[in-house]
Amino acid sequence: MHMHKLEKIWLILGISCLIIFLTTVGVSAFYMGNKPPSCLLTIDPEKVDQQKPFDKPGLHKVEGKEWDYELVYVAQAFSYNPAKVEIPLGAKVKVIATTKDVIHGFEVAGTNINMMLEPGYISEYTTTFDKEGEYLIVCNEYCGSGHHLMFSKIEVVKK
Amino acid sequence: MINNAKAIVKVDSKDAKLSMAHFFVAFGALAIGGLMGLLQTLVRSGKFELPFGIGYYQILTAHGVLMGLVLTTFFIMGFQYAAVSRTAGPHSSAARRTGWTGFWMMTAGTLMSGTMILLNEASVLYTFYAPLKAHWIFYLGLTFVVVGSWVDGIAQIMTYAKWRKNHPGVPSPLLSFMAVINTVLWIVATLGVAATVLFQLLPWSLGLVDTVDVLVSRTLFWYFGHPLVYFWLLPAYMCWYAVVPKIIGGKIFSDSLARLSFILFLLFSIPVGFHHQLTEPGIDPAWKFFQVILTFMVVIPSLMTAFSLFATFERYGRSKGATGILGWFKVLPWNDARFIVPFIGMAAFIPAGAGGIINASNQMDQVVHNTIWVTGHFHLTAATSVILTFFGISYWLIPHLTGRKLTKKMNKLGIIQAWVWFIGMAFMSGSMHIQGLLGGPRRSSFSTYGDSKQALEWIPYQIAQAVGGTILFIGIILVLVIFINLAFFAPKGDEEFPVGEAENSEERAPMVFENWKLWLGILTALILFAYTIPFIDIIQNAPPGSKGFRTW
Ligand code: HEM
Ligand SMILES: [Cu+2]
Ligand SMILES: [Cu+2]
Repeated sequence: MHMHKLEKIWLILGISCLIIFLTTVGVSAFYMGNKPPSCLLTIDPEKVDQQKPFDKPGLHKVEGKEWDYELVYVAQAFSYNPAKVEIPLGAKVKVIATTKDVIHGFEVAGTNINMMLEPGYISEYTTTFDKEGEYLIVCNEYCGSGHHLMFSKIEVVKK
Repeated sequence: MINNAKAIVKVDSKDAKLSMAHFFVAFGALAIGGLMGLLQTLVRSGKFELPFGIGYYQILTAHGVLMGLVLTTFFIMGFQYAAVSRTAGPHSSAARRTGWTGFWMMTAGTLMSGTMILLNEASVLYTFYAPLKAHWIFYLGLTFVVVGSWVDGIAQIMTYAKWRKNHPGVPSPLLSFMAVINTVLWIVATLGVAATVLFQLLPWSLGLVDTVDVLVSRTLFWYFGHPLVYFWLLPAYMCWYAVVPKIIGGKIFSDSLARLSFILFLLFSIPVGFHHQLTEPGIDPAWKFFQVILTFMVVIPSLMTAFSLFATFERYGRSKGATGILGWFKVLPWNDARFIVPFIGMAAFIPAGAGGIINASNQMDQVVHNTIWVTGHFHLTAATSVILTFFGISYWLIPHLTGRKLTKKMNKLGIIQAWVWFIGMAFMSGSMHIQGLLGGPRRSSFSTYGDSKQALEWIPYQIAQAVGGTILFIGIILVLVIFINLAFFAPKGDEEFPVGEAENSEERAPMVFENWKLWLGILTALILFAYTIPFIDIIQNAPPGSKGFRTW
């Protein structure tokens, strides 16, 4: 099979860019910790309310961990518990969430906190809230007729 | 005159009938689906409410199923069936019977699932993620569509196999080869969705089992969901590679490279479904990243395709005496709908492809995942690049099959249609992209989210989407007018089915390209490599199953 010289050059350039790009993405993921949320913990979806930490949804101060707070959410059609929290500015927070029924989304709009909540699985993401203001959490996976009414709010406040 | 008549090779009239049957269903789906699309944009603008208690998610399910599954599958099967008949010779009566059987199975399945959607028994969207539980007839209908499409596709494979037997040691006609690659891709890909529907969702919705393993079902679904988009794209590539060169009066840049790129698409479109599951729990990030790498391998055949297309255009231009770096661009046949309509589709693929690179990248996906950006993205890829190319194909294929001619007037209307579509999509898809970057979620009816400041900022973009949707709906009406004209009213005549020839006709494609044992072997190995370990993990670490919910 014959390949035109220009096409060879084109492909070599293209493939080189590809390798550079993938290396960047890979290094960022595995050496700098920018992995997508991929928690492997599971839970019985029918006993969410009885199990730690979901028996106490909301913001909790923790000691001796890499993060300052744990923010626990329980999602169900069509609401999040808690419906509103205040977080001190600059706090490093581990968000821990799960669902009691169907699949839901958990997206803090305008940030890169964005994960799927699936029955039986726990989703986690650790982040620092370093901008003051009100943030909207929306459900971004279809969950039924009230899907667009499912939200929660975060207020990041200076303390 | 006589010469001219001889030059035209017609698709056998019995084959034409089956192709046309597919197109009637496809364009019917476009009409209804298009109306749903318009209504969605109007509802999302906040200025309009659906009458008679119809739900937003009911029409969204109809739109997704009709546009994403019915329109595409029927159009593609009809087109490929005709392309094989045109290039590898008429289908045998056995193949034709197989094709009709497949067609009726798909049609019956569409009616079953459609009825359930109409009755609001299946407002689960076209991805039907468990544990949302639809009526079992909805799942049974989907099974009919999928299995019917296998039977339909086997008709093409039978005719291809017959041709190969009669021409030992000779590479098969390019269009037939491409059609068969796409059919094989489809069959391998749909095994995943068939498995989850048949073994998980159907028994569960019938009440034979109580619970379903959600992550297994999603993983099987996305094993299918990504190659699905290549199944839509490859027929458009068939047109770009093998039909457009003939329309402009040029040659196919290289027959062998075209085949090689199709094989690469087959190999790298399947073992990559995790890139749709990047933000979900329960899957190891290392395996996600591995599939991201495989996903990006399609960059290679995409670059080959871009090069070949532009090389064809440039060489044709130069042969017409064009000079300078871009002189060839001017001499292309801009007044020929058969060329410009797919060309606008090709142009849309440049921003669309760039968006795709963002979606598939581990970290950037977190910003856009499940936002309306994604909807904006695939209305560029599927609903512009692919669909405009399908419209462009229809403008010569429908009259070819019905023994009519594309008149000057319809040609002009076709060009206007494409520009209307382009403008409407620029509004709709453009504002979807921006709203998505601001965090606006997809698959969502109008909502102010408790008058949240952020959500109020999204509303102007939703109004822009309604403007775009309205323009697009005019585009739908125009294309339906052309379709009906070409099917029933255009003057009788001979419209050509253009089939390009390679620039270097001495150079034969290497026979290794038709070595199916080899390619299916590599494909199987890649799939097993990408999926076996994570899949076993998913099953071994599975939480208790989910019972079904009806939340609509
Ligand atoms: C008149 C033209 C069209 C309009 C106005 C339109 C509008 C829309 C809108 C507004 C949505 C998203 C709604 C949401 O996420 O809440 C949507 C979704 C969708 N559209 Fe279109 N669309 C059009 C044509 C097409 C075409 C031609 C195709 C396929 C080739 C298509 C395939 C889809 C699919 C698969 C979805 C996803 C449904 C889902 O998320 O469940 N659309 N469309
Ligand atoms: Cu939701
Ligand atoms: Cu994909």
